[in-house]
Amino acid sequence: MVKISPAEITPEHIFLNRRRFMAAAGMVAGSVALAACSPATLNRSEAPAANVEPALTVALGPDQLPAALAHAEPTAGAAQDELGDPLNTFHEITNYNNFYEFSTNKEAVASEAANFKPYPWQVAVTGLVNKPMTLSIEDIYRRYPQEERIYRLRCVEAWSMVIPWIGFPIAALLNDVEPKPEAKYVKFITVYRPEEMRGQRSAILEWPYQEGLRLDEAMHPLAILATGMYGKPLTNQQGAPVRLVVPWKYGFKSIKSVVTIELTDTIPATTWNTAAPHEYGFYANVNPQVDHPRWSQASERRIGETGRRDTLMFNGYEDEVAYLYEGMDLTRSF
Amino acid sequence: MSERTSGDAPRSKAQGWRQHWFWWTVTLGALAPLAWLGWRAWQGALGVDPVNTINNETGRAALIVLFLSLACTPLNILFGLRKVLTVRKSLGLIAFVYAALHLANFIALDYAFAFDLILHDAVLTMPYILAGSLALLILAPLAITSTRGWMRRLGRNWKRLHQLVYVAGVLAVLHFLWQAKAAERDEPLLYAAVLTFLLLVRVPPVRHWLVMQRTRFHRHKLPLPRAVGQPKPAE
Repeated sequence: MVKISPAEITPEHIFLNRRRFMAAAGMVAGSVALAACSPATLNRSEAPAANVEPALTVALGPDQLPAALAHAEPTAGAAQDELGDPLNTFHEITNYNNFYEFSTNKEAVASEAANFKPYPWQVAVTGLVNKPMTLSIEDIYRRYPQEERIYRLRCVEAWSMVIPWIGFPIAALLNDVEPKPEAKYVKFITVYRPEEMRGQRSAILEWPYQEGLRLDEAMHPLAILATGMYGKPLTNQQGAPVRLVVPWKYGFKSIKSVVTIELTDTIPATTWNTAAPHEYGFYANVNPQVDHPRWSQASERRIGETGRRDTLMFNGYEDEVAYLYEGMDLTRSF
Repeated sequence: MSERTSGDAPRSKAQGWRQHWFWWTVTLGALAPLAWLGWRAWQGALGVDPVNTINNETGRAALIVLFLSLACTPLNILFGLRKVLTVRKSLGLIAFVYAALHLANFIALDYAFAFDLILHDAVLTMPYILAGSLALLILAPLAITSTRGWMRRLGRNWKRLHQLVYVAGVLAVLHFLWQAKAAERDEPLLYAAVLTFLLLVRVPPVRHWLVMQRTRFHRHKLPLPRAVGQPKPAE
């Protein structure tokens, strides 16, 4: 007899309805906080509303946000990165996104992501840790001071941007859960919501999107979990409400809309590596000397510019991160 | 053979719109994406990365218009639509214009004439750039020799030369396919399927069989089925 897992038996419409229900519960939870909701909606969702953090509104107001994220207009602490290159504009950064969960067309992601509902949000930190945690996005705001990091983002497709992220070193969170000695890797998983993410309804990649870092890479002070950009919370198309940013690796490593962070003792499978192992490695460090099998990685074009600039080793963060890869053959571990 | 005379633009204005509406409609239609691109460039409305927009749109237009030009003969074989043969040349030329703009964008805007980088990036590490360049290299002499004068000068070699357009078509599809990520191969694969069909129709036994089917189907309309390769009746 063929074995069928319970997940396969659950009819899709029930599964989807459950999702919608949960989303509605979240909406109402927000309304409770605003104390401006109709009694009918309140009654219907009393039970599930108890499961979610009540302090959330669908659109987070400045009073719920840390000061670093509470700006009404795009704002950044500096106009350029440490190499003297100007920031990309808010418009450029939020309208040119590789987020296949919504669309493979970079300029269509923003509109496709408009109906994604990032609140309420919870991140489970599990696996080989002494103190597993589930954090709501407000917990994250509360526990970890949000700071600005102006980083270059180098896409594996050979374009780049300079982005003023808001976030915090993921090391702070990892220290809180106390990794066990046998933990060697960190696995990240994006939310799976095919009803809100139309790309997940087709098999262009294996869903949900999954990424991974070696634990020492994740502990590096440059690796952050980002919650905002230009002084505002992340937009949906950027991976709201919380995403990874690892500036010395190609952009696809910086997984968006993270719901699970799991510490493991084996190397995690990563989505692009699974899709095309000879083209996308586990490390995916920016490296001008190791070409993609189908195109050169020696140069890149900064969005907003014509002409090319040289791609820098580890995306210009060589002094900070090169020690992580000492003695490794980066041509093989690409 | 009909190819020798059918691909030309209308010769005399006196023949008028009534006779040439099809040529004008198709030709202007094929140029419309260029006009739209130019208008948005003028308005600064080419999106976050205009270089990428120009690259994608000129590349796609070159392929589609080239395929439309390659579809003319099969359409005539399948349905006896001789009128479509009149647009074949202008479609071929417009496809060349799009392909040339595609390359110009790559050299001028993407690489800003950094030929050392182009040599390293494009020629040494990107096989799809080689395929694309070769396709354009083939289309160029075809565009130059598309005139009536060159047709006369080259005689029967003209047709041999212009059969290279099939090679250019295959290279163009390979160019598109090789640069696509695994998740984005649907469109280039569709183009490959269309090209395969368009080429298949021309294989002599297939072509002969199709013409037989058509003439049998239309026997009650056509007094004499025209054999393959026989000149058309004078217009």
